[in-house]
Amino acid sequence: MDFITISGPPSSGKTSVIIKTIDNLIRRGVKVGVVKFDCLYTDDDILYEKIGVPVKKGLSGSLCPDHYFISNVEEVVQWGQAKGLDLLITESAGLCNRCSPYVKEIKAICVIDNLSGINTPKKIGPMLKSADIVVITKGDIVSQAEREVFAMKVQSVNPKATIMHINGLNGQGAYELSTLIYDEKANIKTLEGSKLRFSMPSALCSYCTGETRIGKAHQLGNVRKIDLGNYNAN
Amino acid sequence: MQINFKELTILELFNNYPYARDFFSENFIPIEGLEHLTIDEALENIDEDIIEDRAINIEVFKVHLLEYIEMMKSFYTDEAIEAHNITILPGFYKDGSKENYDELEIKSGEIICIVGPTGSGKSRLLADIEWAANKDTPTKRTVLINGKTLETKERFSASNKLVAQLSQNMNFVMDLTVEEFLDLHASSRLVENKDDIIKNIFDKANDLAGETFKLDTPITSLSGGQSRALMIADTAILSKSPIVLIDEIENAGIDRKKALELLVSEEKIVLMSTHDPILALMGDKRIIINNGGIDKIVDTSDEERNILHKLEKLDKIMFNMRNKLRYGKKLEFEEEIENA
Repeated sequence: MDFITISGPPSSGKTSVIIKTIDNLIRRGVKVGVVKFDCLYTDDDILYEKIGVPVKKGLSGSLCPDHYFISNVEEVVQWGQAKGLDLLITESAGLCNRCSPYVKEIKAICVIDNLSGINTPKKIGPMLKSADIVVITKGDIVSQAEREVFAMKVQSVNPKATIMHINGLNGQGAYELSTLIYDEKANIKTLEGSKLRFSMPSALCSYCTGETRIGKAHQLGNVRKIDLGNYNAN
Repeated sequence: MQINFKELTILELFNNYPYARDFFSENFIPIEGLEHLTIDEALENIDEDIIEDRAINIEVFKVHLLEYIEMMKSFYTDEAIEAHNITILPGFYKDGSKENYDELEIKSGEIICIVGPTGSGKSRLLADIEWAANKDTPTKRTVLINGKTLETKERFSASNKLVAQLSQNMNFVMDLTVEEFLDLHASSRLVENKDDIIKNIFDKANDLAGETFKLDTPITSLSGGQSRALMIADTAILSKSPIVLIDEIENAGIDRKKALELLVSEEKIVLMSTHDPILALMGDKRIIINNGGIDKIVDTSDEERNILHKLEKLDKIMFNMRNKLRYGKKLEFEEEIENA
């Protein structure tokens, strides 16, 4: 079984890109399954069911979605194998720009969209900078020049990535992506012992354990204060 | 590449590769005051807290730095892919039978129209060209650039894309003035005579647009026609891509004939998906798509070109009426026909 992880900011078009890509894989007889990770709610699993692929979803709830993802990834790989998949895809929303969901030796794809603004590539951390393939969506609604500038900005923070332009609505480019992501010789049985490409965002403070009250007296552990400089009251 | 992290100082690196400085700042690596150290020493000297806070991975950064320098060098030295001609060799229709033509050659400066009902396979043809298909797409077509298939590296080059696209749905989304926008695009392309190019695009775009706009007009407040005019002038002059795919040009606020002439004068290959007879007749040929493949290839005949004159006359009537409407005049059909 081959395994790839796909991440990207919310609403960047991950699900549309994956569905259009899976269409092409199914036509080639590849058995694909998806596990969708999200935070509070998702009904994307219904979309995957509609195209007839095995799908599971995981909601992180009050936990950091990244931590939840990596704590469960091995179980997900075991599920994929039990289902007899040729290719397992995990989809997870990068809910903060410090997200770092990629595992060494496992293909990593980041989906971002042209509408997110030209400074966005610089703002996103390991999720974009350590991806193998960067898919840029929504190119059909911005100008050629903006597409070129945006791709250039992506390239300047991740010069190693292969950049692909995909239209999630009509699937233009999805066939091409499908030829890059699946390696039939890959034989991934377990992630036991594998490592993250980059450490995940961390925090361990009183709010992590359910504190709701505001004020210094209630703040324990790994707390950091904003630097507002020296200032005088008016 | 000859960059020795143990020996080369940051200062020497920046002197040899000025753009490397941007890469440090893009990746939030504070290098001020460490310029005299070797690259390795400088990177070792960066505060642990900063490394953690800014999600920096020094090893990855080093690999990326080399890759970035290599990429920037190629921007300055590599010639863009020049497509003097593209050749499309037949693949298969949806039903599996072979496409009904021997080969289709398109030369730079030619305008080819693509017609066919929705879902007939127009997008697939355009995608095959964009991807420089090599019997590896659903149609199994082959697309040759200057008689050759593209290498993998050329296919994936983000800066050297074969195809630029212009469609009716496209809008400007950046919060910039026309001048800032053109400056940004020109800078990302690392062109030398930036000011001349910006001026040139601005003039050409205004020449195409029905109503003129200024350099300090925000791009998001341009009208549909003005936006399209600016996009076309910018693509013609500043985009490296030798092939331009156009999905209709609406018949308002832009001189479509001049727009096509501009693209052709910049030696672009123009492929235009359209069902507008005036646009279609401006093309040298048209490709008729059906059943997932190329059904027919028709040369624009002289008889058809004669119709074009008549259609343009009708178009002119509509154009004048629109202008009259805009400036509060009364519309009279007979009068317009006589004037035309």
